[in-house]
Amino acid sequence: MATQHSRSAARLMMAPAVFLLLVWMLVPLSMTLWFSFRKYLPLRGGDLGWAGFDNYVRFVTSSSFWPSVMTTLIIVGGVLVVTVMFGVLLAILLDQPMWGQGVVRILVIAPFFVMPTVSALVWKNMFMDPTNGLFAHLWRFFGAEPISWLSEASLPSLVMIVSWQWLPFATLILLTAIQSLDSEQLEAAEMDGASPLSRFFYIILPHLSRAITIVVLIQTIFLLSIFAEIFVTTSGAFGTKTLTYLIFQRVLESQNVGLGSAGGVYAIILANIVALFLMRIVGKNLDA
Amino acid sequence: MARAVTTQRKAINTAFAWGVGLLIFFPILWTILTSFKTEAQAISDPPVFLFFDWTLENYAAVQERSNYARFLWNSIIIAVGSTILGTIIAVPAAWSMAFVPSKRTKDILLWMLSTKMLPAVGVLYPIYLLFIRLGWLDTQIGLVLVLMLINLPIIVWMLYTYFREIPGEILEAARMDGASLKDEIIYVLTPMAVPGIASTILLNIILAWNEAFWTLNLTAANAAPLTAFIASYSSPEGLFYAKLSAASVMAIAPILIMGWFSQKQLVRGLTFGAVK
Repeated sequence: MATQHSRSAARLMMAPAVFLLLVWMLVPLSMTLWFSFRKYLPLRGGDLGWAGFDNYVRFVTSSSFWPSVMTTLIIVGGVLVVTVMFGVLLAILLDQPMWGQGVVRILVIAPFFVMPTVSALVWKNMFMDPTNGLFAHLWRFFGAEPISWLSEASLPSLVMIVSWQWLPFATLILLTAIQSLDSEQLEAAEMDGASPLSRFFYIILPHLSRAITIVVLIQTIFLLSIFAEIFVTTSGAFGTKTLTYLIFQRVLESQNVGLGSAGGVYAIILANIVALFLMRIVGKNLDA
Repeated sequence: MARAVTTQRKAINTAFAWGVGLLIFFPILWTILTSFKTEAQAISDPPVFLFFDWTLENYAAVQERSNYARFLWNSIIIAVGSTILGTIIAVPAAWSMAFVPSKRTKDILLWMLSTKMLPAVGVLYPIYLLFIRLGWLDTQIGLVLVLMLINLPIIVWMLYTYFREIPGEILEAARMDGASLKDEIIYVLTPMAVPGIASTILLNIILAWNEAFWTLNLTAANAAPLTAFIASYSSPEGLFYAKLSAASVMAIAPILIMGWFSQKQLVRGLTFGAVK
């Protein structure tokens, strides 16, 4: 139905967006690739020549590499478990008939709109501070010794802060998915004597599986690159150095661009593996 | 057929849901309350909840210390500027993909999405270097461009999912009546597309406002937006909870209000149309 004329017009209309994204992707990416094969120290002599795969080998053999991978996995995995579990429960709760549903929804969604630097600083100081934080008050009230959260339990604390930020996202998507569930199906199951628990495991959970997959994939992509939360709370100390943070330190703090770029290439490969799965799901949806 | 729900059960649901909702909202509520306390009351043990001497002095102190207005202005320029620019570029692209789809449309859409998945830290140095060469480091224009580019895929996707819902028959009818491509866009499509464009803009302003990787790494003093303004509070200095709270409230209030309006579009935008 589309004419030749409208086809070429369409191509023209797409051109600026495609061109810009192509430049945005190719230029920095090829620069990163190039740097990753160079011995490049901007403050100590600049570009000191070809380095082969040295940077790649050094990045993975440095003593901070595997801990940073572990930290990344713990934070991403921890946040995913917390947000998906509580997200499902919250979505089911919010789907129940109640008074003031709209207001509760607003309360639950709010943390998502708080900028990362604000939520990290508020949690760090007003809740997790070992002398003046609310948790310290609470601990003392029960006669316990306050915990210095961000140094003694740094990873669980970070998981908690980041989960608080992402729980609304998971809840909102799962709630949207639950609302599309046919209520007659649930009623029929109930009449047939299915317990609430088996209704949950055999009807609700399978119905949510696609939404859960999407939540997991999208959050993984964002969580792999969390930065501000670590930047303002621990600056990578106390075992909170993620892969992203390690690369950031190599590049901007120690100004070892070659080494950091090799790390960047690893990060890009890692993100692409996750992205591949997400794209397959999103792509399938396009055909529908 | 809706199930009859007993009032009792509804009351239990309500109490429980409100409890959970308030618990999740509590950190924000506590920040708002603390921003009106004096520094001494802000750290008092046991904590004071509502019965303290409400004061506005923290807001004045924050304003005085850091010239809040400049950071706010930078945030507005960067968030709104990048969104508007992105929308201007994305509308024609999304329009043509939705109404004149070709075999490659799906591939192009997915490819655009894949650029969004590029981890920022992987290209940090090249961007940093290019910004130094171009003189864009710590400028509004540089950040507008970067945030426009990182959000462009989301803008195109959101618009595409909205445009796709506009029935093609209307366009055909208009064409039959002799409308040119230009007329079609101005008189038929635009009015139907405005709600979708508006919610796309709203969500992307929120995303750009809260972006905290590029804004922290590419700014220093001149173009620093509110994310950097808050990060400057990360080294503790005497009693500062009340001032930190006031600064936080000032940084999140505008976007919190906008966010509440855009919550319906949030799901569609952030899942690239995979969940509606």
